[in-house]
Amino acid sequence: MDLLSYFVFFSVTAGIFGIATLGLNLQWGFTGIMNVGIVGFFGVGAYAAAYLTGPHYPDAFGGFGLHPLVGYLGAMLASGLVAAIVGIPTIRLKHDFLAIGTFGIAICIQLLAMNLKSLTRGFDGLHSLPKPFAALAGTPFRANLFYLIMVLLFIGLITFALERMVRSPWGRMLRAIREDEDAAAALGKDAFSIRLQTFVLGSMLMGLAGALYANFLGFISPQDLLPIFTFQVFVMLIVGGSGNNYGALLGAVIIWVLWTVTESVLGAILPPTLRQQVSAIRVVMVGAILVAMLLYRPQGLLPERRNASREARLKS
Amino acid sequence: MMVQMIVDGVVAASFITLGVVGLSMIFNILNFPTFAQGDHIATGAYLALGLVALMGTAGSIAGLSFGWPLILALIGAMVLNGVVALALDKAIFAQLRRQNASRISLIMASFGVALMLRHLIIVFAGHEPHYYSFAIQPALDFGGVRITRNEVVSVIVTTVMVIGLHLFLSRTWLGKSMRAVSENPALARVNGIDVNRVILWTWVIGAGLAAVAGVLLGTVVQIHPFMGFELLLPMFAALIVGGMTSIYGAVLGALLIGLAEGITVQYLVPEYRQAVSFSAVILVLMVRPNGILGEKS
Repeated sequence: MDLLSYFVFFSVTAGIFGIATLGLNLQWGFTGIMNVGIVGFFGVGAYAAAYLTGPHYPDAFGGFGLHPLVGYLGAMLASGLVAAIVGIPTIRLKHDFLAIGTFGIAICIQLLAMNLKSLTRGFDGLHSLPKPFAALAGTPFRANLFYLIMVLLFIGLITFALERMVRSPWGRMLRAIREDEDAAAALGKDAFSIRLQTFVLGSMLMGLAGALYANFLGFISPQDLLPIFTFQVFVMLIVGGSGNNYGALLGAVIIWVLWTVTESVLGAILPPTLRQQVSAIRVVMVGAILVAMLLYRPQGLLPERRNASREARLKS
Repeated sequence: MMVQMIVDGVVAASFITLGVVGLSMIFNILNFPTFAQGDHIATGAYLALGLVALMGTAGSIAGLSFGWPLILALIGAMVLNGVVALALDKAIFAQLRRQNASRISLIMASFGVALMLRHLIIVFAGHEPHYYSFAIQPALDFGGVRITRNEVVSVIVTTVMVIGLHLFLSRTWLGKSMRAVSENPALARVNGIDVNRVILWTWVIGAGLAAVAGVLLGTVVQIHPFMGFELLLPMFAALIVGGMTSIYGAVLGALLIGLAEGITVQYLVPEYRQAVSFSAVILVLMVRPNGILGEKS
């Protein structure tokens, strides 16, 4: 039972990472938008869900006590809105500046979460966030199990929708813009608008991941918004295969397995006084995996599949 | 108040300046913004800390909280930091260049290197802050404007380094070759410039000055694993404000960002210090996408 409940907990977290990785895959894998501020959009979603679903806090804003499903929707809208506001001035920029810009956004969002105490309660965080269907489930284990089923359903829906989208003419346009923006523009494609659309859609998925995370743990604080999260999601996508939705999900599972297994293995071998070292070694390991993938298998475990329109396939 | 703000801004600018030189050189010669530059600052500070520990003391001269041992450690740290950067280039970035990897791959690799360096520091030295010396330094008082001797040294050392860099870039063959490669690598190559040698010195100089930034920052504030990472955004801001293509622009950008930080800490909200540089980036990118000193597009 213990192992099973751990497995459920593990799978929910892996699933949440999977959703964020799917969001990044849409932005980076398909369209070539370099978002180094994933954790910022994740954070906006998490806090938005906390406000909508959480209890009333005497010392902070929020606490509308709405149903978590409403919270998820609100979180996606909030992250999408922030992405649109941020994207309109920055999305035209070249990769490097977009990377620096999004990196800065994430830092600013974390600063706001830490310092805007009347809104976020700073490091005390927002707590007692509800899990959907918890009353229906009865026991905490079954509540987590229901949560897992819900996350898997979300993943299924999102993957299905994304697969349809990227195989459509719209999806081929994304890749045209990624490969050669000038050529795509010359063919009359509005690169700015397409890039903005994918930036907003991808960030909405990151926001959903944040909301799922906040309601699952029942708690959100600036401690959850560290740059390492962005890095994990990037490594997941690169390991799994950017430009491939199934690759994104596979990468999320593999890296999350490695991440948790290393912690338990190192934690068992090394004395408890070296806890800091254990978590630092994990990051070094994941960094090494990223660099090794970039050097030896840049296409990832599941490479991008070629996708042409039916007419183009018939001709060749 | 006004003068104090400018003084604080100039002190903050000195660390950004020393760091941004490497960032700017790598951006122009190797063609990507490296996210690891901040962490090279931290490794420099920690390498010097290790050398100081070997010598047993940071010493003390002329009312400073450090002396010859730290100066020796600084020189050692500059060399070692250069070796670290070269090793990383040989193991990772040179391979990616050979594979004609995209700029995005280089940025991602630098992101990975940054995290590895930062967390290797934690593995070996822990999260807790360290100091070269626990000597207490009273601030000097010039008619209400307060500055410590260590801060004065930081500003002087930075000024000397910038002048030295200027002479190096304008008077020496190697310096001129570096400028040539950053302007037009293909043309530089057909003119017989050894591009690999230029790349080697780019890393050595960038990492060497980063070590100086780290050690000075360590004498003024403290040494901790995130000390360099926290400078990354201000450095990027300085690079962008300065127009990306010139080291001189980047140095000017560093001064502006330092002063902007001085104003925020003094008058506005100290907690949002890092957000200042970011606002500067967004502002400049919107108004003048090629920076203040950059060419008009």
